Amino acid sequence: MSEQVEIQVNGKVVRVRAGVSLAAALLDAGEPVFRRSVGGSPRGPLCGMGVCFECRVTIDGVAHRRACLEPVVPGMKVVTGG
Amino acid sequence: MSRRPDAIVVGAGIVGAACAEALAREGLRVEVLEAGIAGGGTTAAGMGHIVVMDDSEAQFALTSYSRRLWSELAAELPENCEFLPCGTLWVAEEEAQLEALRAKAAFYTARGVEAELLDARGVAEAEPNLRTPLAGGLLVAGDGVVYPPAVARYLLARAREHGAGLREGCRVERIEGRAVLVGGERIEAGLVVNAAGAAAAELTPGLPIMPRKGHLVVTDRYPGFCRHQVVELGYLKSAHVLTSESVAFNVQPRATGQLLIGSSRELVGWDAAVNRRLVGQMLRRAIEFMPGLASLKALRVWTGFRPATPDKLPLIGRWEEADGLWIAAGHEGLGITTALGTARILADLVLGRTPELDPAPYAPGRVQAEATA
Amino acid sequence: MADGVVSRIEADVAVVGAGPAGIAAAVRAAESGLRVVVVDEGFRPGGQIWRHRTPDALPPVARRWLGRLERSGARVLCQATVVDAAPEGRLTVEQPGAPMIVEAGKLVLATGARERYLPFPGWTLPNTVGVGGAQALLKAGASFAGKRVVVAGSGPLLLAVAAGLAEAGARVAVVAEQAPAAAVLPFLVGLWRWPGKLLQAAGYRAALGGARYAWGTWVVRASGDDVVREVTLTDGRRTWTEPCDLLCVGYGLVPNTELARLLGCAVEGGRVVVDRRQETTVRGVYCAGEPTGIGGAEVALLEGEIAGYAVAGREGEVTSRATALARARRFARRLEAAFALREELRRLPDDETIVCRCEDVCYGRLRQERSARSAKLFTRAGMGPCQGRICGPALEFMLGWPMQTVRAPVAPATVATLSDIEAPQGAA
Repeated sequence: MSEQVEIQVNGKVVRVRAGVSLAAALLDAGEPVFRRSVGGSPRGPLCGMGVCFECRVTIDGVAHRRACLEPVVPGMKVVTGG
Repeated sequence: MSRRPDAIVVGAGIVGAACAEALAREGLRVEVLEAGIAGGGTTAAGMGHIVVMDDSEAQFALTSYSRRLWSELAAELPENCEFLPCGTLWVAEEEAQLEALRAKAAFYTARGVEAELLDARGVAEAEPNLRTPLAGGLLVAGDGVVYPPAVARYLLARAREHGAGLREGCRVERIEGRAVLVGGERIEAGLVVNAAGAAAAELTPGLPIMPRKGHLVVTDRYPGFCRHQVVELGYLKSAHVLTSESVAFNVQPRATGQLLIGSSRELVGWDAAVNRRLVGQMLRRAIEFMPGLASLKALRVWTGFRPATPDKLPLIGRWEEADGLWIAAGHEGLGITTALGTARILADLVLGRTPELDPAPYAPGRVQAEATA
Repeated sequence: MADGVVSRIEADVAVVGAGPAGIAAAVRAAESGLRVVVVDEGFRPGGQIWRHRTPDALPPVARRWLGRLERSGARVLCQATVVDAAPEGRLTVEQPGAPMIVEAGKLVLATGARERYLPFPGWTLPNTVGVGGAQALLKAGASFAGKRVVVAGSGPLLLAVAAGLAEAGARVAVVAEQAPAAAVLPFLVGLWRWPGKLLQAAGYRAALGGARYAWGTWVVRASGDDVVREVTLTDGRRTWTEPCDLLCVGYGLVPNTELARLLGCAVEGGRVVVDRRQETTVRGVYCAGEPTGIGGAEVALLEGEIAGYAVAGREGEVTSRATALARARRFARRLEAAFALREELRRLPDDETIVCRCEDVCYGRLRQERSARSAKLFTRAGMGPCQGRICGPALEFMLGWPMQTVRAPVAPATVATLSDIEAPQGAA
């Protein structure tokens, strides 16, 4: 069992593996909908490498962060579906 | 073209589009010739601020007349025109500017334009992301914002309903009075309207119009960050001094939740490259007024060319040097606001009617006389 | 920040991208005594192909080059995005914390490639990811264990990713390659010239176990409620539906040429033009790896080495690698021809299919426009944060619209960063 850290997703505490990207952590946590598009449709990661901007979430109050380029940090507060 | 048009409009920016619509509605057979994409030049580069300005009586007359026409048009504009009646908030940094702010308020009020003076707290309440304290502000609630390329296209669609034709990708090489040369072909018409914006002087030598470059920055979506078009009181000074390069704080909320950040002015010919130094200066000015802008993501930076004239007034009317040639150009940074008024004045003059507004201050000949003096 | 104070690093060479090409360029330049700075968006060097969380997951060649990089003395900035660049060798970089200016005499662009996506109905549903996207997420720690997976699209990556997913515990149902067997098999037969590649392919196939590998088969539709539930495939004669929890679709790679174009480097056929020393048409700006044409890691390493030696003026070393590069390039050309995209893929979207995912612009609306420029002005396609990187290549493929010109910033940047972009006194 690899080391785990706690992050907050939409106010809920979620245990995720340390050292993974936030995008990977959210997918593993059963949160495939990262954001709503401008037309309201659900979206999740596409490219996994910072190009497509589909995995944007709000991290610690900062909107439009690419979850695939962020490592999980203990205690980070993530809001999806925005 | 099957029949000789009554009028050829050169340029399908918002001014050309409005003129084409006004003339076609009067029953003229109009042909619009556009070098690029309709609404794709200066019209696409600007902010789309509909604003009453007070640099001169003539500027006020044309902007307030036009704003009235915009409020009439607004009801029928399709959604993609992004009309947003957000008002303009003019902000004063220092106590020393309060007198000027009060004078501005008095000027508007005396002429029937609603304008509300705000104190430091009023400004902070109107725009919580402005730095505090600012000395004061003036809220002109009747101003607004549109997406100009979509409006240009809409006006052209209306012109076409009245039988007008539009040719895009059609570069006019020369205007010869009542005729234009396009790819070696000579097209004759009853009259020609040069509405080529910043390029108008290239087609009509002697027109005192030159390109005045500006930069804009657009951010990602931050709905609610800013509610009004917010402009520093010193903006007018930046716009007024023609010779030197200048920046002024000017931020605009879009219907999408994005923000447009301006503005800069410089005279560098047609060099469209982003001037990073000036963009830096422009954004630092914006951050001084709205510190929270610093952490927002900017998506794009672009440049555009305002058609500038020496006396900051557009050229609307007959060009006496050439038979059958009319001018509707030189609107500097106010082409979106004044397009509708310009078209109405031009149509009235073409049809031999007396315009609602005295056209003398905009007569193309007046600056020509000055320029040669 | 707003006061215009920004940290600066000076170097002889700045390398953008720390994949194989960037690593090789940085290593060779630094070994030659130059001061080298490498800028990369990843958590650690490696790029997409050598993306890793622990080095033991990497092939020996990757460990060797990463080791060389560490010993070379090159300074590596990770999680750092280049948002602007000037030909005289100045990069504006965003990284956690403050923006930074890198001033270098020479630039090596090793910006790699991104995946090509072709829109089809349902492609925006969550759990529909790229093939390279699935690989990147897997390497970044996603598990996908127990998921029923369909892998589709085109190119050798399909097999590699399907094998990786199977190893991670996913159940790969189908691997659907759009290219017909008749196009790919002769290429595979020709692999005797590159026995290593043949062995690699055989290994992937073995790892896949019971998954079906379908030639000449492509995705026509994905459906589901809030996430993908099933995918419809066709081989042109028969059309059928597969249930899936994860759909991976990608159609090969698109060179990342944005930074090169921003700097004014000539680009032809989507590839950055370079001479035999990997120098672009702009003096002092070099380019190596995928941006000069999709070639894979072997080409990237060679081009990177050549670029690194070239900036250091070691012309003998540059020349000595020409033969190996030509051979590796030949392989890449054959690969590209074998996996050519079929015509049917241009007609996958219906009028309601979203093409520009940032701004939700659908295909029916886009077809009413005549160019990428008018589409941008009147539909907002390409105006979002990806700056047209996803819809641009798709529209080029489907409607023949050339990609738009590039302006700074080449990636979304904070207003603070752009406010600090200040040219030295006297510069334009």
